[in-house]
Amino acid sequence: MRYLPHSDDERRQMLAACGLESEADLYRQLPPEVRLARPLELGPGLSEYEILDYFRARAAENITGYPSFLGAGVYSHYRPVLVDVVLSRGEFLTSYTPYQAEISQGTLTTIFEFQTLMCQLTGMEVANASVYDGSTAVPEAALMAMRLTRRERVVAARTLHPEYRQVLRTYGRSQGVEIEEFGYHPELGSADLDELAGKVDDRTAAVILQRPNFFGVIEPVREAAEIAHRRGALLVVIFSEAVSLGLLAPPVEADIVAGELQSFAISPSYGGPFAGVIATKERFVRQLPGRLVGQTTDAAGNRAFCLTLSTREQHIRREKATSNICTNQNLIALAATVFMTVYGRRGLRELAEQNLAKAHYLAGRLPRRFAGPFFNEFVARSPAAPPEEINRRLLERRILGGLPLGRYYPELADCLLLCATEMSRKQDMDAVAEVFSDR
Amino acid sequence: MYPEEFRYTKEHEWVTVSGDIATIGITDYAQKELGDIVYVDLPRVGDAVVAGKTMGSVESVKAISDIYSPVTGEVVEVNATLAEAPETVNRDPHGEAWLVKVKLADPEEINRLLSAAEYQSYIEATQR
Repeated sequence: MRYLPHSDDERRQMLAACGLESEADLYRQLPPEVRLARPLELGPGLSEYEILDYFRARAAENITGYPSFLGAGVYSHYRPVLVDVVLSRGEFLTSYTPYQAEISQGTLTTIFEFQTLMCQLTGMEVANASVYDGSTAVPEAALMAMRLTRRERVVAARTLHPEYRQVLRTYGRSQGVEIEEFGYHPELGSADLDELAGKVDDRTAAVILQRPNFFGVIEPVREAAEIAHRRGALLVVIFSEAVSLGLLAPPVEADIVAGELQSFAISPSYGGPFAGVIATKERFVRQLPGRLVGQTTDAAGNRAFCLTLSTREQHIRREKATSNICTNQNLIALAATVFMTVYGRRGLRELAEQNLAKAHYLAGRLPRRFAGPFFNEFVARSPAAPPEEINRRLLERRILGGLPLGRYYPELADCLLLCATEMSRKQDMDAVAEVFSDR
Repeated sequence: MYPEEFRYTKEHEWVTVSGDIATIGITDYAQKELGDIVYVDLPRVGDAVVAGKTMGSVESVKAISDIYSPVTGEVVEVNATLAEAPETVNRDPHGEAWLVKVKLADPEEINRLLSAAEYQSYIEATQR
């Protein structure tokens, strides 16, 4: 469906129907003291060329194109050219919610493909059509687990992204979620399963674990699932680095898998817009928040797609909907769909292998803080200089460094979270190693 | 049409009592108004239900509607066959498609509900 703005003539007709002279008349009932009586203070008009020139100059002040070793939830991956070619098509770019299946088969087909691909990657049976981002997927998954278990307590790993935990607390405050955290093994950097086992009880709705975790370490999903299931709690597995799904076994032991898709051709753009997703087992679908597209047949018996199980959603169910906060990120999720399609099953695995190999090359040259297995991110200790100083020296060499961890983990104030991806060049990784060893 | 031995609510639930156990369902009128029923969400055994409060919902292809408990008490049995065959509610709403059985906190409570004749005239009045 295309979006077409109103013509002047249509505006005049609508005003006439309302008995008004101009659009300003629509605001007549506003008290004069809140209305601006003068024109906006804008500079003199500029030509299109002058405006472009101005913004080009501003844009040139940005640092662009520096190699980056910063991950921590937003990753530097290659965006295939095809992504923007598809995204910029008007049928997708300006389409409306596909409530009318008979004129929305294109959009609905891409959503169905998205859901299918997400199920294949996560090992789940049903995935929604996306949510805002990975951080909001966490509380949505927690609330879903609470509805399913009729319990109100969640136990989240301290190795879950610190900002995801903040969003969980923000939602939790007004939704009656009791949140407890459990720590990590001081040598391995993975979840402390003994502490977890001590904190899961008969009131626990969900255990929330991120894989790979915030330190890049691969968490033991199966063991955590056993601990959760023993007490009737669900296991929620979160991912912030979707490329890891190309290599790691799908977390099939989980009850809910939710995460961030930024790695799949979504540009960092100062932190968004991104897209998240929630996937689960089919028996939990009634409590899954967000849009779902299903396959059906039309009157002529052709394969067709339509929104399904809409009674979970707020436009039908109002205050009793599974969520009144989420929405889907159709265009952004489409970028992820095109990305997954361009790479394919083998391509995604190769991509993940490159990430793994490069991160392990870099880690091999640095003092690692944790011994647990890792994917494309790891924590490096900087005994000689503070992590902020390492970053400053890297910037001098036109390299963006990692994330100093003291801000989120005071006990790791001498540590830097570093990430290497398929974009990382050997010479830049060697430069990082040199800066670390400089006295 | 509406069994004499049942009691009814204006929200279109029926209830029949045997000893201190009440069996609850939705009426034939309700199933007809809803159309093809695709899902029934019921409380669990052990849950407390309160007269006039929501205890579940019934979903059809065109609408979703809350089920209000006609009585107060504790759920002792749930009709598990409805999970697999929700269409039973359309086929036999007053029999096979009972929803839950509740142990009554106050057996007198049922006398406050509508009789078959009262319910019949209530729905005739709403249809007019």
